[in-house]
Amino acid sequence: MEISFVVEQLLNGFQLGVLLFLLAAGLTLVFGIMDLVNLAHGSIYMIGAFFAATMTLALDSFILGIIIALPMTLVLGMVLEFIALRTLYSRGHMDQVLATFGLILFLNELVRIIWGPAGLAIPLPLLLDGSISLPLGIVYPTYRMFIILIGIIVAIGLYYLVSKTRLGMLIRAGASNRTMVGALGINIRLLFTAVFGLGAMLAGLAGMLIAPINQAQIGMGEDILILAFVVIVIGGIGSIRGAFIAAIVAGVIDTMGRAFLDVLLLALLPANAAEAAGPALSSMLIYFLMAVVLIFRPQGLFPARNG
Amino acid sequence: MRLKKNVQEIGVSCLFILFAIIPILAPAIGEAFYVDVFARIMIWSIAAVGLNLVLGYGGMISFGHAAYIGLGGYTIAIFSFHEINNGFIQWPVALLISGLAALLFGALSLRTRGVYFIMITLAFAQMVYFLGVSADKYGSNDGLNIWNRSEFKIYGLDFSIDDNLTFYYLTFTILILIVFLVRRLVNSRFGMAIQGTRSNESRLEMLGVPTYVYKLTAFVISGVICGLAGILQANFERFVSPDMMDWPRSGELMFMVIMGGMGTLMGPVLGATAFLVLSEVLSSLTVHWHLIFGPLLIILVLYARGGLGGIIDRGQKDG
Amino acid sequence: MIKQFFTAAVILILMSTTALAESIKIGFVTTLTTGAAIIGVDQKKAVDLAVEHIGGKMGSLDVKIVYEDDEFNPQKGKQKTEKLIKSGDIDIVAGYIWSHVLLASAPVVLNANKILISANAGPSPLAGKNCHKNFFNISWQNDQTPMALGEVLNQRGIKSLYILAPNYAAGKDMVAGVERTFKGKVVGKDMTTWPTQIDWSAEFTKVKSAKPEAVFTFYPGKHGAAFLKQYAQAGLSSTPLYSVYTLDSLSLPRLQQAKMTGVLGTTMTQFWSPDMDNAQNKRFVADFKKKYGSYPSFYAAQAYDSIFLIKSAVEATGGKVSDTNAMRAALEKANFPSVRGKVRFGNNHFPIQNFYSREVVVDSEGKWTTKITGVALKDHQDVYAKHCKL
Repeated sequence: MEISFVVEQLLNGFQLGVLLFLLAAGLTLVFGIMDLVNLAHGSIYMIGAFFAATMTLALDSFILGIIIALPMTLVLGMVLEFIALRTLYSRGHMDQVLATFGLILFLNELVRIIWGPAGLAIPLPLLLDGSISLPLGIVYPTYRMFIILIGIIVAIGLYYLVSKTRLGMLIRAGASNRTMVGALGINIRLLFTAVFGLGAMLAGLAGMLIAPINQAQIGMGEDILILAFVVIVIGGIGSIRGAFIAAIVAGVIDTMGRAFLDVLLLALLPANAAEAAGPALSSMLIYFLMAVVLIFRPQGLFPARNG
Repeated sequence: MRLKKNVQEIGVSCLFILFAIIPILAPAIGEAFYVDVFARIMIWSIAAVGLNLVLGYGGMISFGHAAYIGLGGYTIAIFSFHEINNGFIQWPVALLISGLAALLFGALSLRTRGVYFIMITLAFAQMVYFLGVSADKYGSNDGLNIWNRSEFKIYGLDFSIDDNLTFYYLTFTILILIVFLVRRLVNSRFGMAIQGTRSNESRLEMLGVPTYVYKLTAFVISGVICGLAGILQANFERFVSPDMMDWPRSGELMFMVIMGGMGTLMGPVLGATAFLVLSEVLSSLTVHWHLIFGPLLIILVLYARGGLGGIIDRGQKDG
Repeated sequence: MIKQFFTAAVILILMSTTALAESIKIGFVTTLTTGAAIIGVDQKKAVDLAVEHIGGKMGSLDVKIVYEDDEFNPQKGKQKTEKLIKSGDIDIVAGYIWSHVLLASAPVVLNANKILISANAGPSPLAGKNCHKNFFNISWQNDQTPMALGEVLNQRGIKSLYILAPNYAAGKDMVAGVERTFKGKVVGKDMTTWPTQIDWSAEFTKVKSAKPEAVFTFYPGKHGAAFLKQYAQAGLSSTPLYSVYTLDSLSLPRLQQAKMTGVLGTTMTQFWSPDMDNAQNKRFVADFKKKYGSYPSFYAAQAYDSIFLIKSAVEATGGKVSDTNAMRAALEKANFPSVRGKVRFGNNHFPIQNFYSREVVVDSEGKWTTKITGVALKDHQDVYAKHCKL
């Protein structure tokens, strides 16, 4: 096994992790601060992809498309919060799970009526189409490198926002003690709407970044939503740092499982059994990871608060 | 209170009377197809009553109960695949397997709280789902046909459930038994303790109640009831596939419990009836029925707290 | 006198039976909701067009189609099938895209002694040991198309192959099919999680390091377009890609929209192609394009054929659709104009037909479509037929 192969697989894992982080960041913020389990987070990811695809096709520029689609998802998030989700903050997790499940059904159908069942595909931006050469003779797709880069920039930006700004201070305070922030005379409602919008925008960004790789497609949100939940649960709810580390770990483990598990199993089991067990195990790997983490650390790796 | 109690009993009786006469009523109005719809409703009701034990009474939000339905169903299908059709072997083994799975998953999951519990139960269910998808021999995600329903032959007794009408009334009887069993259970000391853990667990612990063991027991019973629903479902549909344990099924089951009113005895039955009838009616109106169904669910959650059952079943909860 | 009376009676009876069966009601179960609706909608379009082409008549009977949506869920599919059988006066049931939906639903139709015609799904149990006298398949058995592809690989002298497919029943069938005929060496094989995995970076890195002469793949529906895009993006364009059911008239417009020129010239196998040269196909493709503005997919072609197949049987039996035995005998003859040219049924009621190699090309209007380049398998029957005791 060559070292370049391992490094390239690590990069793949990192790229998947970064994407998961973008989704998980918004989810964990909303979860940590408003105590809202939002299953419809995946739908925002989907709609973000459709916005970006529509804009890209209309303007013939991916970058312009994203620049316009980002505020669109921000607004979408805030509108959803204002109309439907705000009333759910005071409810139990179960009501939230159900109401947002209903929202998924609605949004999926709405998207189908607006954009049709086929989905939208957009080309890679010319500038990012192709591969770049890295040391060790690794040739890596430019666009995937771009995703990693954006992910790291967003992670640093969020870290700065949460730990250095006044909004971040409120977010942290809100995550650990909601009533106190309210008692301090902060407009909690506005803060919540802002945080929700931010989370929606991050999910939308993830959808936009994935659109040129896959395509904007109905149901794409549900495919990745569960993974994003796994990530925030492993990381500890409400913790941006936890979400980042867990996302990278989950991305890398999932990728490594797909890359090496078959070889490993072939060494341990007869060929037939290995061929059957490999795909099964690698699809379960990430759930195993979560179960193991929760068995030893029932609050996740970096709990922001109890709950 | 007395009035409410009466209303509740009338409501429940009406529903059961409806279940009882559907096989006569439906063909009479030329909709024989509704007999199957109601058989399905009763099977889902059994599962919902099972889930309600942990979800409603115990406050444990399990997002993975479809796994136990799947395990119960798959056990039947696998036996039938190997041409062992004896129900006296099939059914106890199926119940045992779903119970053991609930014991294992419950024991690990109950170490966590709140959302962590929701997610870990989901994770275990997804593992079972992927196990089903990977089971090449048993059809992978194409599923498995069951060519013969369970047979009950012992010492000259030969009870066949091949006939859909017999099967309907068998399901009806099992539903009544399960409702009765759960009612006994929640009104017992054990049931009181379970309901106590929902509101104040630490106080119970202080009083020396082994809450973990109690909750785990409830979890296992609930898993076994769902396993039973799986046995019935497999026999009724004569088919199993991993779809029956994918996570949206767990979500739908939760919906039925909530729609009907959690922690009420008849709520899950009402909820399952409402959920399935509503989706049947709406989907026959338009292919875009999710556009109506989704908001309807949201409105129900937002404005009808306590669910449908709450309206007629509240006396039970208080009493 | 008595003779006259009898003649009169016979005429009366004949008149009354034709009066009773003035129309034929066909239940068509397909997927009209969820992301998979793209296939179902295409089939529905084709059925509507077929009904239009036959003037809404089969013999003297008016044609009535009742569409039901299976929601891509076997339990729902079965429920809708029951609904058709029990509450509708349905004469024949057709449709079914998905193997699991068909396997769950088939017993309902067959136990009611009605004819069932699959317009897509062809799972091996129904082709082999569980074949049924009243079950017909108008598409193909899963293994056949990849077997044809294996032959194409042999013809082109390919010695090493990497296989990428989803880890579910059809995916495994496809892999088994290509492995059955391909004579070179399979240097690597990855079965990915279905349907959640839509990123292949780890697998592509493995492909690159294995350096195969060609890659074989099967990713239907939305996965296909994503797979092909990522394949090119991963820098694998120089490794020829051979696929089955991955590139079709549903995914090609998306790929063209995304300017994925890498797929032009790639090879696949199929029993049909829009450019097939026969009168039935020319009319079908031209009118489909005129009416809906796009090429029909092979799913649509099969659905279109299913209506003409039924029509042939209705006419052969003189409109006695309730006579299942007569209908079956007529269907077995497959005496209808198929868009694929010549086709006949084997003992298991699956088609015996040619499989062709096709290439992605640009048509005269600049649209991406497929063109037949050769015959891969001639008059081919599926391997499960020998297990069928019909």
